[in-house]
Amino acid sequence: MSNIKNAFKNGKAFIPFITCGDPDLETTAECVREAVKNGADLIELGIPFSDPTAEGPVIQGANIRALKGGVNTNKIFEFVRELRKDISIPMVFMTYANVVFSYGAEKFISTCQEIGIDGLVIPDIPFEEKEEFQPYCKKYGIDLISFIAPTSENRIAMIAKEAEGFIYIVSSLGVTGARSEITTDLDKIVKVVRENTDVPCAIGFGISTPEQAHKMADIADGVIIGSAVVKILGQYGKDSPAHIGEYVGKIKQAVVG
Amino acid sequence: MTNPKGRFGVHGGQYIPETLMNAVNELEEAYNFYKNDEGFNRELNELFNEYANRPSRLYYAEKMTKDLGGAKIYLKREDLNHTGAHKINNVLGQALLAKKMGKTRLIAETGAGQHGVATATAAALMGMECVVFMGEEDTKRQALNVYRMKLLGSDVIPVKTGTATLKDAVSEAMREWTSRISDTHYCLGSVMGPHPFPTIVRDFQSVISKEIKSQILEKEGRLPDVVMACVGGGSNAIGTFYHFIEDKDVRLIGCEAAGRGIDTFETAATISTGKLGIFHGMKSYFCQDEFGQIAPVYSISAGLDYPGVGPEHAYLYDIGRAEYVAITDDEAVNAFEYLSRTEGIIPAIESAHAVAHAVKIAPEMDKDKIIVVTISGRGDKDCAAIARYRGVEIYE
Repeated sequence: MSNIKNAFKNGKAFIPFITCGDPDLETTAECVREAVKNGADLIELGIPFSDPTAEGPVIQGANIRALKGGVNTNKIFEFVRELRKDISIPMVFMTYANVVFSYGAEKFISTCQEIGIDGLVIPDIPFEEKEEFQPYCKKYGIDLISFIAPTSENRIAMIAKEAEGFIYIVSSLGVTGARSEITTDLDKIVKVVRENTDVPCAIGFGISTPEQAHKMADIADGVIIGSAVVKILGQYGKDSPAHIGEYVGKIKQAVVG
Repeated sequence: MTNPKGRFGVHGGQYIPETLMNAVNELEEAYNFYKNDEGFNRELNELFNEYANRPSRLYYAEKMTKDLGGAKIYLKREDLNHTGAHKINNVLGQALLAKKMGKTRLIAETGAGQHGVATATAAALMGMECVVFMGEEDTKRQALNVYRMKLLGSDVIPVKTGTATLKDAVSEAMREWTSRISDTHYCLGSVMGPHPFPTIVRDFQSVISKEIKSQILEKEGRLPDVVMACVGGGSNAIGTFYHFIEDKDVRLIGCEAAGRGIDTFETAATISTGKLGIFHGMKSYFCQDEFGQIAPVYSISAGLDYPGVGPEHAYLYDIGRAEYVAITDDEAVNAFEYLSRTEGIIPAIESAHAVAHAVKIAPEMDKDKIIVVTISGRGDKDCAAIARYRGVEIYE
């Protein structure tokens, strides 16, 4: 059991996502600090991947910018080690299976523990394949975050029963990216989750406005926003931190309000 | 050879987003039912024979054999299938399965365009909607096939992300599938991706080796010494190998695309240069850097220009049952021209990779030995590109 539960102990949580190294790691660090200052409860840090198959165009773009800028797994580990000196809220890595696997799963996951990462979000590791990393996650006290999707139906209970840290509820079909409307019956999904576990659940994919964030926070324990944050970085580059802070503040207010 | 979770040794598996899990489970269930269903198999066989022109010929390449002066060479003529390649075998099977499952829309990725054309063809035949994703780079290399797909009533979406080639087309088709599942079947074109695709595609392509076996027994009264085929994802190769896997005296050789050479970065030879990884739903060998970023591969052949290889090939390599060799652009182009000149058969540039290896090994083998080379597709689509490779500026 990691530090992640602390993110949910003061009521509804807001979880912003930032791609490490977009456009450079100094900017990422400043954005994280601004997000924390403005009320973020948990930070999801993306390790870029060349072919992010679960992402829409906005986060794909961030992955390309970051890799072009020269970040790699080792540099990101060092960056988190530094960041941990002044950031105490829980942080998780979001990346793709091959980034972890190619580094050596045990080496990657033990390094996560060492530098103060609390969990791993890996969209191409479904329930059936979690044995790939779960034994190491257990050994080093890292939560492997489970996804539940609008299509999960008969799988929700099975996934919820073994979930750790928090459950990532995917709001809509498709890839990441802002949507004007979210039509999935999320109340129904959350109800089944709650019948099967005490692990908190956060909703992500497609959320961008304070109104949407408020509505989602009403249903679940937390809200995850990626593309709308990353879009700010795409627009303002190195000048993003202040804009990120302002956006996080607005969403946090909507989430708790 | 597949275990319940779709593993071939350590390879295979289902490394896909949760959103798609019920879709692949539903597909697996449907396939397990229909693969033994008499009505389904009757319908599929009729499509194979009456529509796709099966069985394809096993042709004795006498001039080539004499010219090379060694082993007897037979060509398995998948290029004579309707739509001009082996791809139709898999597509007719999957489209029929999708229809039985109540799907009304097919999506597909394509590299050279052969799988896209085959999918568009099956969609037209069965009255289904069809959308094909194709790397923008490939839409330029294979403009004629883009037109063919549109003529057949499909939408073709040029994919601009990444290297704008086959791997990006696969990524985009997967993204599309996660956004629309209920009426849509992803008609994957090779023995790759998450379980059950590598098994389904292999089974539909295994008709190639089933026919080779009975045809060679009829012509020669014995099994061949070598069967070989080109390998990108590996569907025509696994189809060529499958019914010979248990015949340990038959050598199985897969010919990968070395591009400008396996000692350069401009290569797509996955088994020669890749390492174990997880991508596009499967564990297998992939061309990648030290941090697991997928490498931008290269080959003159759009159909072999893929950074991974199907999990069953990775397994056959691990256990030493199949050999994999790398053939450069130059060797493939020479073989493309050689077969055209010698036998009057213009092979697809993909298939020319296998022909090139036959040209290398046949002279070293005794005259009583037999090689079967699968000509997976015809080369009309490649003529303009090969002409340009030789410095002749023609455009379609």
